[in-house]
Amino acid sequence: MTSPEPSLPAGPITSGPIPAGPIPAGPITSGLGPMTPRMYRVVSRREDLGDTVTLGLVPVGEACPDPSSGQFNMLWAFGVGEAPISLSGFENGVLSHTVRRVGAVTGALCSATIGDQIGVRGPFGTGWNLSRAAGRDILMIAGGLGIAPIRPIVIELLAHRADYGRAVLLIGARTPDSLLYRDQLEAWRGRFDMEVEITVDAASPVWRGEVGVVTRLVERAPIDPDNATAFVCGPEVMMRFAAQSVLDRGVDPAEVWLSLERNMHCAVGHCGRCQLGSLFLCKDGPVVSWPRAEPLLRVRER
Amino acid sequence: MRSIPELLGEHPFFADLPDETLELIAACGRNVHFDQDARLITANAPADVFYVLRRGKVAVEVDTPQRGPLVIETIGPGDLLGVSWLLPPYRWTFGARAAEATGAIAVDAACLRAKCDDDPALGYEMFKRFAGLVRDRLQATRLQLVDVYGNDEP
Repeated sequence: MTSPEPSLPAGPITSGPIPAGPIPAGPITSGLGPMTPRMYRVVSRREDLGDTVTLGLVPVGEACPDPSSGQFNMLWAFGVGEAPISLSGFENGVLSHTVRRVGAVTGALCSATIGDQIGVRGPFGTGWNLSRAAGRDILMIAGGLGIAPIRPIVIELLAHRADYGRAVLLIGARTPDSLLYRDQLEAWRGRFDMEVEITVDAASPVWRGEVGVVTRLVERAPIDPDNATAFVCGPEVMMRFAAQSVLDRGVDPAEVWLSLERNMHCAVGHCGRCQLGSLFLCKDGPVVSWPRAEPLLRVRER
Repeated sequence: MRSIPELLGEHPFFADLPDETLELIAACGRNVHFDQDARLITANAPADVFYVLRRGKVAVEVDTPQRGPLVIETIGPGDLLGVSWLLPPYRWTFGARAAEATGAIAVDAACLRAKCDDDPALGYEMFKRFAGLVRDRLQATRLQLVDVYGNDEP
């Protein structure tokens, strides 16, 4: 059964399937290297939260190769600098990137308006590779902005719904007001073919959802631990505890995938800025299995 | 209709307890129902009971002068409400309200405390189980304290 994806009532992000399978090698005709940004134009802009914006980008000239879910791009704010931003959607050639204003570059990206040009290098890194979990229950756990890289998994999963077992999306956020993609979450929650549970750290009594840590949702997630694959994205502390609670359910550690995002810089495994243990996260990550990630999660960011 | 010892035995908190022990605890318990928004416990009131939740959802709240009630945790089937009855001064720290229609077994605290005093093996078993509950809540609270979502980056 393949169900159409409900479109968002507001905002320019429309959802659609992300191509499954291997990433086609992009037609690199100009000889532009991976260090040279391609020009993209902002075609949509949505303010998700006070400090968070989702941009839709289309190529002005030559496009970057098609990305797959879990990968990231380096986005250039010209005259300011470059930042690694994970993919939050890719449909009809439009890249979606959700950016939180945390510094000069992300601030400039968040301030971009429709028609502005942004440089894009990418896509980089390992993807979620959802299709490796075909036939299995899919447990997706997102904390805070971690829902942005998880979103393409949900879209891909729903586009190929019959290929997977139960689908469970667990989301942790600070407060109901800090929930990203709220309209989309409500649409997903209304579906009969997936479970969506949301928990926040604190709320007023108006909030009808759960209050507490995301690990509590994991304890009772309706999955078959012997036949489940988990995809986790969020702040590292949250991922560590969330992954641990998935393992406590009895899920095979090799079936737990985390997206580790440290400070990427060159994105081609050259500069070493994102080195974590023996990994260069820009090319060996960001998506890493728990057995590889576990010893690294104790390493402090430089 | 199932008996209270049976219902307690099905609850994860009392899992693996021998029937005699379940009977002992059940003798202090009764079935209760709360409509949505009904108050289960009130901060500062005597902690003379604890609730073994079977259905529904309960919001644990703290009153704030500026923001009104703030929900700090929601709990549901398989959870237990109330640990203040274990130790003096036997007063609730937080309030709790039924966020949905809720079914529970209310266990009378004075009754169970007396049985624990008489039977140290039962008392030890109860304290081990409640210590596990308190540990889990402490860990969850510490995770919330870290405020992990507050400063995450894209």
